[in-house]
Amino acid sequence: MNFPEQLKYTQEHEWIRLEGDVAIVGITDFAQGELGDIVFVEVETVGKNIAKDAVFGTVEAVKTVSDLFLPVAGEVIEFNTALNNSPELINSDPYGEGWIVKLKPSNLGDLSELMDVATYKSFVAH
Amino acid sequence: MSEQLQHVHLNDTHVALGAKMVPFAGFNMPVLYTNLIEEHICVRQQVGVFDVSHMGEFYLKGERALDLIQYVCSNDASKLVDGKVQYSCLPNDQGGIVDDLLVYRVKENEYMLVVNASNIEKDWNWISSHNSFGVEMTNQSDEYSLFAVQGPKAILALQKLTGVDLLSMPYYSFKIGQMAGIDEVIISNTGYTGAGGFEIYVKNEQALAMWNAIFEAGSEFGIKPIGLGARDTLRTEMGYCLYGHDIDDTTSPIEAGLSWITSFNKNFIASDIHAKIKAEGAKKKLVGFEMIDRGIPRQHYPIVNEAGEYIGEVTSGTQSPNLSKGIGMGYVKTEYAKVGTEIYVQIRDKSLKAVVVKMPFI
Repeated sequence: MNFPEQLKYTQEHEWIRLEGDVAIVGITDFAQGELGDIVFVEVETVGKNIAKDAVFGTVEAVKTVSDLFLPVAGEVIEFNTALNNSPELINSDPYGEGWIVKLKPSNLGDLSELMDVATYKSFVAH
Repeated sequence: MSEQLQHVHLNDTHVALGAKMVPFAGFNMPVLYTNLIEEHICVRQQVGVFDVSHMGEFYLKGERALDLIQYVCSNDASKLVDGKVQYSCLPNDQGGIVDDLLVYRVKENEYMLVVNASNIEKDWNWISSHNSFGVEMTNQSDEYSLFAVQGPKAILALQKLTGVDLLSMPYYSFKIGQMAGIDEVIISNTGYTGAGGFEIYVKNEQALAMWNAIFEAGSEFGIKPIGLGARDTLRTEMGYCLYGHDIDDTTSPIEAGLSWITSFNKNFIASDIHAKIKAEGAKKKLVGFEMIDRGIPRQHYPIVNEAGEYIGEVTSGTQSPNLSKGIGMGYVKTEYAKVGTEIYVQIRDKSLKAVVVKMPFI
């Protein structure tokens, strides 16, 4: 499984990456593997301010449905609309083309409270 | 009752194949080997093998074996001849269903019943409690492995392993013969995928040899092991009922669309209740529906009408790998059960439009 070094991770298996003052959020390679073929992604929170750990969307695999939780508080500013027609991008490229939302974190410092790659790797291993 | 997970005989084989194992019906079962959609398509187009050894096998022997079966089962087992199989259900005494099952007539006065793993103990106790016919019952569930070899290429793969002429065997018939050099294998032209194929019952001691022989014979046809995940999407596309989802202790076979396995020219447990439902018309019916709005129905999601009034509940639902859209089954009030009726499934606080369709879905 692939877990890039520069990302931050959550216990709900989301990743977050900062580009300037915008954060990009997706689910990890582990999460997509557990879910299996992703067939539908629903995010209807663009433009909304959402609390840390609140649900910002849903991802559906053939057999399961799973909520998406925001890693840090902030305003959801963009949904990756490529996922409307190609939700499987989350399976094939979870950290790249399969990103899910962009957000403006309320406080950039909140990211430092999340797991780094080493901590997440050991979290997944347990 | 022990809470410990039971293992099928080839548990280690599945683990070695990289299967994701999950608890199901008290057994540690392979739910997925590689990828659900790939496994699903493999069965629809080629051939795949499910280890469904968790299923239960009861043998009923004696001069009045048929009388017992006729009393506990809804279908008319007197129509069976040697080598024929019948789909049936065990009605309870409240108008619901104890389980659905297959009845095999091995020979006169000897039958094999194949029941759901989750219900083995319940079914055994239920049938035993009605055995006032002196029928000798044995539970051989722990002795048999069962491999469902399903898909259009299944017959080509299996024919390489047996002298039994598989092509001459009608659907829902079986033969006991040699396969892969193993004697007394039950070769059954049945399955729950709608893809064609056979179910192979073999004693545990020969299970690994049979499994390996099937995969060797099927390699030229692209054979793969298939998990329970794809088994569920395959049966849902066919509109086949799954016990605990579409039928249970509270649903009548009449409501479930199983009138065709409910015979009123004989007396069976609570047959008067079902005859009354049939005569008066069921108040709710199990229907199949396809999503028009984008969404995937799941078990227990409410079904509402255009006005938002509750009319029923989803019992099975999935994204159909063949149709690439959401499909489901569920009970609705009978006035909404007609094919073409628009209904709404409540998914995450939204009412999404769906339409009642004829099953199978594909």
